[in-house]
Amino acid sequence: MYTKDGESYFIVDAHIALWDARPENIKNIHGQQFIDCFYDYHRNLSPESEVWTKEDYLYQGGDRLMKDLFEDGYVDHAVFQPAHLGEFYHSGFGQTDEASALAAAHPDKLTYNHNWDPRNGEAGLDQLRADAERFGLKGVKLYTAEWHGDSRGWRLDDPWSYRYLELCRELGITNIHIHKGPTIRPLDRDAFDVADVDHVATDFTDLNFVVEHCGLPRLEDFCWIATQEPNVHAGLAVAMPFIHTRPRYFAQIVGELLYWIGEDRIQFSSDYALWTPRWLVESFVDFQIPEDMSEYAPISTAQKKKILGLNAAAMYDVEVPTELRLPEADETATGPRQPEAADLAAV
Amino acid sequence: MVPRTRHDRLADVRAALSTVLDPELDEPITDLGFVRSVALGEQDDLEVHLRLPTSFCSPNFAYLMASDAKDALVAVPWTRKVVVALDDHHDSDKINAGLAADAGYRGTFGSEADRDLEDLRATFRRKAHTAAAERCVTALLRREPDRDLESVGDVVLGDLEPGDRLDALVRRRRDLGLPVRPDAPVLVDHLGRQPDDVPMALRRARSTRISIDGNAHFCRGLLRTRYPGSEDDQVHRADGAEPADESYDPTFIPLTSLRKDLHR
Repeated sequence: MYTKDGESYFIVDAHIALWDARPENIKNIHGQQFIDCFYDYHRNLSPESEVWTKEDYLYQGGDRLMKDLFEDGYVDHAVFQPAHLGEFYHSGFGQTDEASALAAAHPDKLTYNHNWDPRNGEAGLDQLRADAERFGLKGVKLYTAEWHGDSRGWRLDDPWSYRYLELCRELGITNIHIHKGPTIRPLDRDAFDVADVDHVATDFTDLNFVVEHCGLPRLEDFCWIATQEPNVHAGLAVAMPFIHTRPRYFAQIVGELLYWIGEDRIQFSSDYALWTPRWLVESFVDFQIPEDMSEYAPISTAQKKKILGLNAAAMYDVEVPTELRLPEADETATGPRQPEAADLAAV
Repeated sequence: MVPRTRHDRLADVRAALSTVLDPELDEPITDLGFVRSVALGEQDDLEVHLRLPTSFCSPNFAYLMASDAKDALVAVPWTRKVVVALDDHHDSDKINAGLAADAGYRGTFGSEADRDLEDLRATFRRKAHTAAAERCVTALLRREPDRDLESVGDVVLGDLEPGDRLDALVRRRRDLGLPVRPDAPVLVDHLGRQPDDVPMALRRARSTRISIDGNAHFCRGLLRTRYPGSEDDQVHRADGAEPADESYDPTFIPLTSLRKDLHR
């Protein structure tokens, strides 16, 4: 929980990882390139005081994670969203055993989501059944740019993907987190295209589809899809840290999301350990849309509370203290919100 | 005609490379700082190295830029042997082998390639046009704050203020084969169709513009982080600039000096 100026905020960090990119776990140059890329993201977008050494960045372990999130970071509950990346790392990037054991030891604080890959066919379906039972899954993290033998990507609307989504429905795994990455097959297409999200959201209206980093770098395509599909949500992983270096861009991202999909479908994430939640939570509570950006309504305290925790808490049935709860906004299920607040002539 | 001096020939190389756009960001690779080195040998053999903000930038865009660069350099009349190499990318080996063999996109990516990249190019040409039109219309609305929003649908090219924004829009329209006559309506899609719902079309266009500007600045920042010193090769992008850009951009103009009076 975070309290400032007499207001208290229940914090759910909806996208965290317990990764291992130490040299002994790196399989090939791509594993090295991947963590280097993450570290560049971290160095580029963090305030100087928050920049870690490369060594600290390679692996955190459970104790440090608990401290960074729950002691220092104001977080009440966090959700593991592990990326497998089995082609790059011997035991994968997200550490299944370590993270799930930590979640089992702290069920009030941590939820463990797992992943699946439709290219594993029937065997993968059996694995998903076993995983659902082992971890008590409510959600999964899907990474469509995962390399897999000769294949370097898949689409949510592939026939095999449908089989897995049908099984998710059957097993009560209702929260499907999607991360778009840069490779896809065939390479003729835009790898970040979110059209496949549109298809599955229409065909699986009883599942929630949380698009991580709110579709960036295709924010406009994401907003257009999400405004028409009431079961599509925006995860703010990777979008959050722009609050420091590019606050005007961050204001535009949040302003667009509030306009197109509304305050009940946006979830805060630090994307730990890319960044730590402490400074992001503090910055967001202090944040306001710049006054000259009158095309967006100011962000209210209630909206901040929902984004910082209440929305994800509702999705994951996390108990929120009564005094911190808020009702859902009485907003349209589809189409733009707050059109009256839009001053199109502003820049 | 062979340029007289080495200096002239290097200027030719620069000019050729500046015709190559990052399709996603709609900017020349020279302005983005993606040209890492240019080596011109005694026999006019040329080796150019490119670099990108991350090793995981989309391989199809990476290939497009590298092959466009090679095509542009080969088209310079005096060049002989031209080598273009993409450094530090997860597909560097594949792309560089394909470029060296002039294998083309399908020859380079084999089974991963279905057809060609023309549809991909077209998608981003459309987005670039949408953003360029939005910038012009928004500038007009700032100059005429009392203008009725619906009437924006009737704005024609001749109504727009001359300058870089209009030039950029005209270029994008030409790319799409749209008319550039003064009486041609501005707010149109890639086929020249005018929207039924003008405010919605403008709002969507604005999302596109925000997305492109945001990506362009993020990519610039990641390149600076990955390749210290590359900021010296980057040309300032005014669209979407923020105060943080001032530290590595001597030409930065604070936004506050560009703002209209506020009414809130």
